[in-house]
Amino acid sequence: MTMNAAETVKDPARDHEQQFLTFMMADEEYGVDILAVQEIRGWEESTLIPNAPEYIRGVINLRGTIVPIMDLRIRFGLERVEYSPLTVVIILKVEKEHGDRVMGIVVDAVSDVYTIADEDTRRPPELSEDDNSGFIRGLVNVNGKMVILLDVDELLRIPERQKMAGLLAG
Amino acid sequence: MASILAVDDSASMRQMVSFTLRGAGHEVQEASDGVEALRLANDKKYDLVLSDVNMPNMNGIELVKELRALADYKFVPVLMLTTESAGDMKMQGKQAGATGWIVKPFNPDQLLSTIKRVLG
Amino acid sequence: MSIDLSQFHQVFFEESFEGLDVMESQLLDLTPESVDAEAVNTIFRAAHSIKGGAGTFGFMQISDFTHVVETLLDEIRSAKRPMLRMYVDLFLQSVDCLRAMLSSLQAGDTPDGERPALLKTEFEKILAGDDSAAPVSTDSTVAEAEDVSGGAGWRIHFHPGQDILQTGNEPFRMFRELQELVGEDSLTVIPDTSAVPEISSLNPELCYLNWVLEVRKDIDKETLASVFEWVEDDCDIRYEALSSATEDADAATETDVAAETPDTDQPAAIPEAVAAAVNAAAAVSASQAKKSPAKNSEPSSIRVSIDKVDSLINMVGELVITQSMLGQLGQEFDMSRLARLQEGLSQLEHNTRELQESVMKIRMMPISFAFSRFPRLVRDLGSQLGKDVNLVMLGENTELDKTVMEKIGDPLVHLVRNSMDHGLETTEKRIAAGKAAQGKITLNAFHQGGNIVIEVKDDGAGLNEEKILSKARERKLVPENTELSAEEIHQLIFLPGFSTSDSVSDISGRGVGMDVVRRNINELNGTIEVQSRRGEGSTFVIRLPLTLAILDGQLVRVKNETYIFPLVSIVESIQLQKRSLNHITGSQFVMKLRDEYIPIVRLDNLFGLRRKEEEAENPMLVVVEGDNEKIGIVVDDLLGQQQVVIKSLEQNYQRVHGISGATILGDGTVALIIDISGIGKTVEPSKTTPGSEQAA
Repeated sequence: MTMNAAETVKDPARDHEQQFLTFMMADEEYGVDILAVQEIRGWEESTLIPNAPEYIRGVINLRGTIVPIMDLRIRFGLERVEYSPLTVVIILKVEKEHGDRVMGIVVDAVSDVYTIADEDTRRPPELSEDDNSGFIRGLVNVNGKMVILLDVDELLRIPERQKMAGLLAG
Repeated sequence: MASILAVDDSASMRQMVSFTLRGAGHEVQEASDGVEALRLANDKKYDLVLSDVNMPNMNGIELVKELRALADYKFVPVLMLTTESAGDMKMQGKQAGATGWIVKPFNPDQLLSTIKRVLG
Repeated sequence: MSIDLSQFHQVFFEESFEGLDVMESQLLDLTPESVDAEAVNTIFRAAHSIKGGAGTFGFMQISDFTHVVETLLDEIRSAKRPMLRMYVDLFLQSVDCLRAMLSSLQAGDTPDGERPALLKTEFEKILAGDDSAAPVSTDSTVAEAEDVSGGAGWRIHFHPGQDILQTGNEPFRMFRELQELVGEDSLTVIPDTSAVPEISSLNPELCYLNWVLEVRKDIDKETLASVFEWVEDDCDIRYEALSSATEDADAATETDVAAETPDTDQPAAIPEAVAAAVNAAAAVSASQAKKSPAKNSEPSSIRVSIDKVDSLINMVGELVITQSMLGQLGQEFDMSRLARLQEGLSQLEHNTRELQESVMKIRMMPISFAFSRFPRLVRDLGSQLGKDVNLVMLGENTELDKTVMEKIGDPLVHLVRNSMDHGLETTEKRIAAGKAAQGKITLNAFHQGGNIVIEVKDDGAGLNEEKILSKARERKLVPENTELSAEEIHQLIFLPGFSTSDSVSDISGRGVGMDVVRRNINELNGTIEVQSRRGEGSTFVIRLPLTLAILDGQLVRVKNETYIFPLVSIVESIQLQKRSLNHITGSQFVMKLRDEYIPIVRLDNLFGLRRKEEEAENPMLVVVEGDNEKIGIVVDDLLGQQQVVIKSLEQNYQRVHGISGATILGDGTVALIIDISGIGKTVEPSKTTPGSEQAA
């Protein structure tokens, strides 16, 4: 049985619908809550942050605010690719206790916007050895394609680095 | 509704007085000492002047004397906001030409009922 | 109508604190021997306002306490009593006590009652112990004991003074009030025109009428008398109790007062009451909405003068003009208008910089806010230490950022305490040394470049170099055989764990040393140094940036990255001489610079800039001073210097070790600002003897 998420758009009776922006990475389609998307930009050179995790590419100036940029391929342990002028950065914003937190994620390309109902979303398979399963909010089938829905709050959480690692090098 | 000039060097008292009076529909102009009050009184004729006694630059007693010397203010009611400890202040105020006094501390209701005695 | 008075509390607290500050500073300036009448007046006025406000807003503890303070002040003011030093002390204690009471009330707590009770007793003793004390006001208690109630009513013979109108009193208004008091049907007003003169000799400004007022109601006389309270001294008023018989007899001549009183205000009374109720309701809900956030944390706000706001508005106006000019230019741009574009852009730059400066100025406050506590502190400490000290404050109008001001207070207090305790000699020693008996402490503030300089200067004994050096050696802060100049010895007092006080007094020997003062100042991107001459005194010089939002930076290049060093921490920048580089055990390099060994940090390694191990051709060494320690930081190149606006890196990311913040450079890219003391913590202790191995 295949669910057709596209049909749900025309069904006003269904509650708990959400719009997702989807993007492509290594031939997989991922979706993030569109309300968390602040804007979409092209890749630009960023300033390195000392001793940051590898997936943090650095910080950029977004109209006066210092915004870190995360390479989602590296974050997900996918093969790295060279950036091109077509490389896309999605700027995401989540609410935190002390104001909003803004961060950009580097992806291959932006794909589409879908309206998806909660009941069409499947829980991700429990794969304990998979580091990435924590970011996954659910899976959904849209027109026969599988879309991986991501949890933006989890995605923007940077684990505290082991402090002072490599700092004492002379 | 009356136009009232409220004179006090204490901002909180001034705010309380003008808030109360405005709440009762009056038009209120604030002044923080006698000098400022006198300048305002020269520009416009108010229906009532409420003035503190102890103020820098020009105190309430001097203010009443100055006001009574103005043609416009010969009969305008001037009430002094005074404290019970300043007994002879009442006399001084009267001699200077004050209409009456309101004893501090007073609450908004007392203020409104007192000014009714001199308005209209 | 009920009004929620709590909406005025914040203003009352603020002005009361200001009033207490005024009282305090005036009291401190007072010389009991020659009292300035205006000063006493000012002090009295402040106390009087606090008392009046406290009574009005229901803070009875405050008004009760202030009452005795005010009473004594009033007696001094009216020359019934001289000002004594003892009174000044008592007044100062009262100021402290009131401040504490107001603070707890502001925080929503109940003030401690013990201290005000004790002080109040002191005042009462003084006030009672002297016959010059004025009797408690009696004017309201003159009411006669007889005729408390009128039984059937009262006949009032009211003969106003002729000039009653000239005090703004109007008999008709009194009758109206009387009518409201007793009811329309119970009042009869009978005018007596017998005193009215011929029209030719009539002065329209005088009142010639007399009245007989009949009140047919059981009401006590005092209530009736309250209507005439304001005029009773100028009028002839007689009260006559009515019997039932006279009441009937006079009923025929009744003239209803309502006919004489203008009726116009009656219908207006209803909408007035409605409006009042509506307003009161609005006020209550507004104050309730406001109350909850203000309850615990005092909102941080600044008062900004209208001038500053006006100048901002002006500048924004100019900015808008420039923007519209540029916008227009952009729509129809061709190369022939290049010059105009450049002109417009430079105008924009000018506007932006001016705007930035003005916005920064909003946060600027005169340093008198930080200085104001010192007269009191010096006075109290002086008597505690038995030292006669003259405090001189200069440059009190010098402005600095509010945040800097808040953080510099404690270090300044510590320095002044230190000067009082350790700097100034006792009076005997001063006299023996041929100096003026009175010691002098000078606080001076001025602007220098983009910094504010604050000096704390005493004319005491100066630093004792031998004592400092031996203490430093004893504590192993200095190697045994090193020779230090007097200058260098002076700076040793800023080392952690250093204190020369022989006995730990409770004044500056509280375990907080000069190292803490220095660290606090360093945290503000400032510096402190001391100049001292034996026998002549010491001067502590603090240099601080005017604001924490802007930093004077040195731009450096490391690999492909640009970093910013706070200019204030840079001691010098030199070419890196590989030959002079040694390394001690492990990986820590040091370099001998003149007669000092300085730990060396390579930023590219520290920051994990994992590129190929290519070496820069002419690396530079930037010698910086963090927490008392000099370190050398290797960079590839020195770029320019510029003022940068500090931005937060933590807001969207997290704290990064060795980085204090970020900024945006002229080309729009981000550059990170180096945290010098953070980097200092990564180096191994440098006081170990360096090995002689050559660097790789």
